[in-house]
Amino acid sequence: MEEERHADAKIRAETGTGSSPRGPGCSLRHFACEQNLLSRPDGSASFLQGDTSVLAGVYGPAEVKVSKEIFNKATLEVILRPKIGLPGVAEKSRERLIRNTCEAAVLGTLHPRTSITVVLQVVSDAGSLLACCLNAACIALVDAGVPMRALFCGVTCALDSDGSLVLDPTSKQEKLQQCLAAAQAASQHIFRFYRESLQRRYSKS
Amino acid sequence: MAEAVSVAAESFAGGRARGARSVLGQVVLPGEELLLPEQEDAEGPGGAGERPLSLNAGARSRVRVICGPGLRRCGDRLLVTKCGRLRHKEPGGGGGGGGVYWVDSQQKRYVPVKGDHVIGIVTAKSGDIFKVDVGGSEPASLSYLSFEGATKRNRPNVQVGDLIYGQFVVANKDMEPEMVCIDSCGRANGMGVIGQDGLLFKVTLGLIRKLLAPDCEIIQEVGKLYPLEIVFGMNGRIWVKAKTIQQTLILANILEACEHMTSDQRKQIFSRLAES
Repeated sequence: MEEERHADAKIRAETGTGSSPRGPGCSLRHFACEQNLLSRPDGSASFLQGDTSVLAGVYGPAEVKVSKEIFNKATLEVILRPKIGLPGVAEKSRERLIRNTCEAAVLGTLHPRTSITVVLQVVSDAGSLLACCLNAACIALVDAGVPMRALFCGVTCALDSDGSLVLDPTSKQEKLQQCLAAAQAASQHIFRFYRESLQRRYSKS
Repeated sequence: MAEAVSVAAESFAGGRARGARSVLGQVVLPGEELLLPEQEDAEGPGGAGERPLSLNAGARSRVRVICGPGLRRCGDRLLVTKCGRLRHKEPGGGGGGGGVYWVDSQQKRYVPVKGDHVIGIVTAKSGDIFKVDVGGSEPASLSYLSFEGATKRNRPNVQVGDLIYGQFVVANKDMEPEMVCIDSCGRANGMGVIGQDGLLFKVTLGLIRKLLAPDCEIIQEVGKLYPLEIVFGMNGRIWVKAKTIQQTLILANILEACEHMTSDQRKQIFSRLAES
């Protein structure tokens, strides 16, 4: 299964995020990725979605401190660094979300008492940052050769702030379903792109 | 176009599994499920048209297939866990089952495997055991008695910082890896402390496997350039030594760059070096 069941669409009700308004079922912004660009981490990737760009590095399976080791699976750590300033509470909550997603996808039981660290650096932010971080983390984990049971990706949806509709819960629910459907359809584009870029990488050897 | 259509169909059908035989040599992604080719019972001695009656008529017998690196068994299918090209090798015995399937992936991080020959760096000496860094998640332990001709009174001359070429006798996910520098007969067989001078550098695991393949052109061409000593560790480390420091550095650069060059570019560089 290519889609990760628990996290196949990340939805956030955003009003006025700055991204151009788009109708449901339409294409995502232009995206690109580069793999193995850093020499020190075991796996690295840079993911671009329009103007949003995130750089990810993965170290692992590596040594872990005795206080943090788990006896039957790998300890997964995610560090998200914003473009400017020190990491704050928003970064911590995003780190937790990304960590839960990665833990569901990575086969941690194959490497007990080790640590897998994902370091994400925001290079530029122009909307849908969390989705870009998730995509960069996934490609970096694949690049590092960490065994995974599925791939995952993120797509951000926005709800229109229409005064009359917000008051009615059922139509608001409906809008949510439309968002889910649109995000699921769009995630297929991203998975197809993963496949193409990984095939391009292996076509040289 | 056909490729795009097949990808769409696979994802809309909720991850329809493909047959393993149909994807040999292609890039597979983590999360894909592969179907094994099913084989029917062999014809019985009764002659053409007769088949021995099986008690469970519904089930067909399956051959025993070995799951290599990058694959895991998931029900009666294979689940791909790493990205790479799918490979298959027929059984050599002729009747020993369905062969081996594995995924050829590229990675930098080494995970200890029993029987692998690796180059390690001695980091600590505690009592009777040396701690050797092999590039994995834990340092491996090496007993001082695991050298050729070593006894309790005749200890090997190993210092912290020495390079060791040995093989793993214990390497699984639950235990600390242990290595030795003798084979099962008690002979060194090339293993032990690696001598003075030379240069140790790190490459990806895929390049090491390529260089250690039976008929590798790169090694033959490199051997024709300069006389050299070379040791390959399956953990991505190569130790090389030539007559002068300059030659050693040239060899190290060539081997590191080999990964990204096509064979034509390589031949050009070798011919240019052979002239100078």
